[in-house]
Amino acid sequence: MTEHIMTMFHNVRNGWVDKMMRYLVDIPYQEKLNGLAKSLLIPLVAFGVFLVLWASVASQIKTSLGQVPGPVQVWEQAITLYDEHVAERVKEQAFIERQEKRNAKKLAKNPDAVVKTRPYTGKTTYLDQIWTSIYTVLTGFIIASIIAIPIGIISGLSTTIYKAINPLIQMFKPVSPLAWLPIVTMVVSAVYISDDPLFDKSYLNSAITVTLCCLWPTIINTTVGVTSIDSDLKNVSRVLRLGWMTNVFKIVLPSSIPMMFAGLRVSLGIGWMVLIAAEMLAQNPGLGKFVWDEFQNGSSNSLARIMVAVFTIGLIGFLLDRIMLSLQKMVSWDKSAIIR
Amino acid sequence: MLKEHLLLSKVTIDFPTPSGPFRALDDVNLSIAEGEFVSLIGHSGCGKSTVLNIVAGLHQATSGGVILDGKEVNDPGPERSVVFQNHSLLPWLTAYENVELAVKQVFKNTKSKAEMDEWIRHNLELVHMEHAMDKRPSEISGGMKQRVGIARALAMEPKVLLMDEPFGALDALTRAHMQESLMEIQNELRNTVIMITHDVDEAVLLSDRIVMMTNGPAATIGEILPIELERPRDRLTLADDPTYNHYRAEVLTFLHERHSRSAA
Repeated sequence: MTEHIMTMFHNVRNGWVDKMMRYLVDIPYQEKLNGLAKSLLIPLVAFGVFLVLWASVASQIKTSLGQVPGPVQVWEQAITLYDEHVAERVKEQAFIERQEKRNAKKLAKNPDAVVKTRPYTGKTTYLDQIWTSIYTVLTGFIIASIIAIPIGIISGLSTTIYKAINPLIQMFKPVSPLAWLPIVTMVVSAVYISDDPLFDKSYLNSAITVTLCCLWPTIINTTVGVTSIDSDLKNVSRVLRLGWMTNVFKIVLPSSIPMMFAGLRVSLGIGWMVLIAAEMLAQNPGLGKFVWDEFQNGSSNSLARIMVAVFTIGLIGFLLDRIMLSLQKMVSWDKSAIIR
Repeated sequence: MLKEHLLLSKVTIDFPTPSGPFRALDDVNLSIAEGEFVSLIGHSGCGKSTVLNIVAGLHQATSGGVILDGKEVNDPGPERSVVFQNHSLLPWLTAYENVELAVKQVFKNTKSKAEMDEWIRHNLELVHMEHAMDKRPSEISGGMKQRVGIARALAMEPKVLLMDEPFGALDALTRAHMQESLMEIQNELRNTVIMITHDVDEAVLLSDRIVMMTNGPAATIGEILPIELERPRDRLTLADDPTYNHYRAEVLTFLHERHSRSAA
């Protein structure tokens, strides 16, 4: 086993070193420069131009909250937000330690004493908000996918069911999430009554709103993927008299995976946008609430802090899409297909 | 005469179009004996594939019908397995798994796991594909894909093997090679085969009878030519054989003089 790992490590390192050596020695200078330029230089230059433009435009505009922040101010605020998070964690740690010490002392005096452990109730930091948003959007998205993929498959297989549900899908698809939000909020507070709730209501509201918007692109794309299966493959399934389940798992699902994932990616993108809006409107914890709070707060740093949130939202959206892409590559049978 | 095996009786089919029904086939009658190799030849668009699809059960005849061993054919089934023109292997399964899908479906109650495995391997060996069992369709050539397609069809132990221009998409050399393989397999298994082709040499070389179809619309059987050549047949010896060339000439005359395509 150890030996195996050693050889593996050796191979990996060798591969890497080999590549480096080949890069340095074998490839002609001009080509090297071209490769480097294409993969790194061009995006970097473009980003630099963007920063310069941003800085120069921002300095021209004055708002009631002061100057529109340039890249430097935004960077400073990003650091500050991180520092605030660290400081809050230190406070939390201190609180827990104090509590433990106090409890230990109590127990030492009287072993029968009832000790209380209270959770720390400090303010939520920027990183907490990010985390809340991410798991909320994933919850909503996963629920939506679990509902939408089977519906898409069934309506792709049966024209009758497609005709039945297509008008509903077309009608609900263009509805703004914010129109759903009040209904979801009212329904959740009416239905979800529990003395010891497992989830926060705000979390459920946001997640369900995301679900309602994530359903449609997945349903539509899965349906299209299923209906466009190669007719030869459908005939193979008929000649073999494959059962319904075998047909779905052996033929329908694999051949509709590309379209299905196209739908899932659109859904997750929409879900992420919807979530931020829902959090702003409903004051549910998350990045949207952070933006709104900063806007209401109106300090001279607010705009820069909101800009940090804008970049964070964009970056997380991008990462979510990349994750879906690698998932797609993992489950896709056609490894040579170019997936963007 | 061998006992009657497959009967096409007064098969007529109309396809609905916006301007009323279109009659593709009109009164097709054909009786095929067990173990017989029959080719359907005709110009494209004459309804050869429609005949095959009706026998396969993929299309329903408007009137008339197909009877296999005394039972009417109403839907597709593995006892009438099809080799499609474009191999139609499942691209996400390996050659082995493609054949396995068919074998599991047909023999799930009659063969044990080990027997199934052996049967899959046997059929892949029959088409000389044992070396590429674990390759996916995208990793093998067109001829190899078609071989796996044939292995899959044979593995269902069909009563009738239906082949829809099985070698149409292959280059001439590969095609010749595949024809040799098919003759070899046929020599061993004696399947009942209906093959669609537009290649006169292929039809004469492989068939016991050639069914020549008139042009559509309302296509039907124009002429049936029995090929009485000794088996095993050898392509090179036959090339100089007067009987062989006579058969060839007869099919060509039918296709190009009596039923040449006006639109072509």
